[in-house]
Amino acid sequence: MASIALSHLRKTFGKVIAVNDVSLTIADGEFVALLGPSGCGKTTTLRMISGLEMPDSGSIYINGKDVTNLPARLRDVAMVFQDYALYPHMTILENIGYPLKVRGVSKNALTAQVQAVAANLQIDELLMRRPGQLSGGQQQRVAVARAVVHRAQVFLFDEPLSNLDAKLRLEARAFLKHLQREVGITAVYVTHDQAEAMALADKIVVMKEGGIVQVGTPLEIYRYPANTFVASFIGSPPMNLLSCQLDGSQLQVLAGDDTQSIGIERMALPSRLTAGSQFTLGIRPEHIRLKTTPTANSIRGHLYVTQTLGSESLVIVRVGDLLITIRLFQDEAPPLPDVVYLCFETDHLFFYGQDGQVLQ
Amino acid sequence: MRTLLQRIVITVFVVAVATFFITPLLWFIFAPFNPQVSLAVTIPQSPSLANFAEVLGNSLAMRGLLQNSVIIGVGAMVGTSLVAALAAYGLSRGSIPGRSLLIYVLILFSSVVTGTASMVPIFKLIFDLGLINTHTGVILVMIGGLLPSAIFIMQDFVDSVPRSYEEAAMVAGASPLQIFRDVTFPSMRPGVMVVGIWALVNAWGAFLIPFILLRSPELLPASVTFYTFYDPESGMPQIRMVAAYAVLYTLPVILLYLLINWRYGFRFFGGIKQ
Repeated sequence: MASIALSHLRKTFGKVIAVNDVSLTIADGEFVALLGPSGCGKTTTLRMISGLEMPDSGSIYINGKDVTNLPARLRDVAMVFQDYALYPHMTILENIGYPLKVRGVSKNALTAQVQAVAANLQIDELLMRRPGQLSGGQQQRVAVARAVVHRAQVFLFDEPLSNLDAKLRLEARAFLKHLQREVGITAVYVTHDQAEAMALADKIVVMKEGGIVQVGTPLEIYRYPANTFVASFIGSPPMNLLSCQLDGSQLQVLAGDDTQSIGIERMALPSRLTAGSQFTLGIRPEHIRLKTTPTANSIRGHLYVTQTLGSESLVIVRVGDLLITIRLFQDEAPPLPDVVYLCFETDHLFFYGQDGQVLQ
Repeated sequence: MRTLLQRIVITVFVVAVATFFITPLLWFIFAPFNPQVSLAVTIPQSPSLANFAEVLGNSLAMRGLLQNSVIIGVGAMVGTSLVAALAAYGLSRGSIPGRSLLIYVLILFSSVVTGTASMVPIFKLIFDLGLINTHTGVILVMIGGLLPSAIFIMQDFVDSVPRSYEEAAMVAGASPLQIFRDVTFPSMRPGVMVVGIWALVNAWGAFLIPFILLRSPELLPASVTFYTFYDPESGMPQIRMVAAYAVLYTLPVILLYLLINWRYGFRFFGGIKQ
């Protein structure tokens, strides 16, 4: 178990800046998710922590010890790879035991430790098979077992669930979180799936274009997205973002040729918003009320499509050139006319400036 | 629709070509069992194993086949596959600018230069190294000639081994040597086998290099031993010996082919063994 500190990490591949000035502290026993779209530098950051990639500048500390120039094999980290990287020519027993074998653990002790870990992960029936004979979910558990077996200080996960189908992924998610609680390990988890990050992590680090955009607990990130990038990335479906302009006592929603106005009497507008300034209004799908008749401060839209998701349903409404998603907590959307009216819950509005950052 | 005439012409042509290629094989099949063998293809009047008895009784012939050819073949096989494995690994994993160009230039040079044209400099080199008339000299020259193509073949296999295998071993705490021994080499074993067998067959069949570099009759491999089957008095070739020896010389290669075909069915040639 260990704490990790990254200080001003930078890594370039040729002319591409993969990671730029990333600083981050991870407490002992914390489960941190690095979240972002592909190419945001999250995997490169993880690989620098593991020692598979050396930073151009900056430092990495594990338990306060500077490991920046230490090769991977001396860092005492364990890693689960996206493709699991199980050795096809070894049995499952040999695969899981490999980190012990290179540490010179005797054959009997190795077998005993592997069996204990395998029993814990419910793969002890498979020890004599080879990776090619296992299902994806089983392979994933073997990869985790190989990481757990030598009790490393730090666990690194590189999108370990992305090769599983949806049902197995949910199972594996619960299993990983339970395992992390049980063993009390420090873990860094790379994913592009915001739901996975929300479900697993104690702390989410949202990355974009090589830099950190926002750091916080899953709820903090969900409740207070610091900018439009995070707002549009977190949540399924993500937040609706509307271009707006403040015009006296009216808030104008700029939707192409269909500009509509809402009264601002009941809104807590940020002080930096002045008359005439343009900004982005953010509202989550669950905070929009759907009406069939015009009411005060509603905007008018055309029904675009409805989606039934089982426990809830989504209604997508077209306003000018915008598509606005509304979440209804009922299993089926009621029959709706072609023209509907949207009411925003005024205490759940977000205001973002033209630079995309949230306005206080 | 083809006319009858067209079909006759095609059939005659095919038969002519087939005859051209099959006739030497027929000689190869019949001659060893014919004590009155000549260069003509004849079905033996009284088939016997007398030719084989004569070859088996010739100590130089058997020494060439069972000892010298095996030493040279295995030496070239082990040397070529080992060096090619390491070189292909380095080329595949390291970042060498213009690496494919480098390999193509190597192959070009090896196919253009290692032929007859380079025999004089090779002879001089081996002579100056003091390796003339030794198996070591022959093996080294064979390895040198086979390596470029061997590296080229092997690199395909190494490229198909995912890097994450090695990375997982690195993170697990393995040293570079342990990684190569435990993970990389086993993963590229099909490639090592292909290159090894290819090198063995090449060295087994090589004539020019051992012919030039070896002087003592007791060092000659089977391929060159053929050349010593002359009647010392008349200077006529001993065709009975040649015929029987050809069968013994070919047998190991055929057996090797059958063995591999049976064990692997040559499916590993794709680079991915399913």
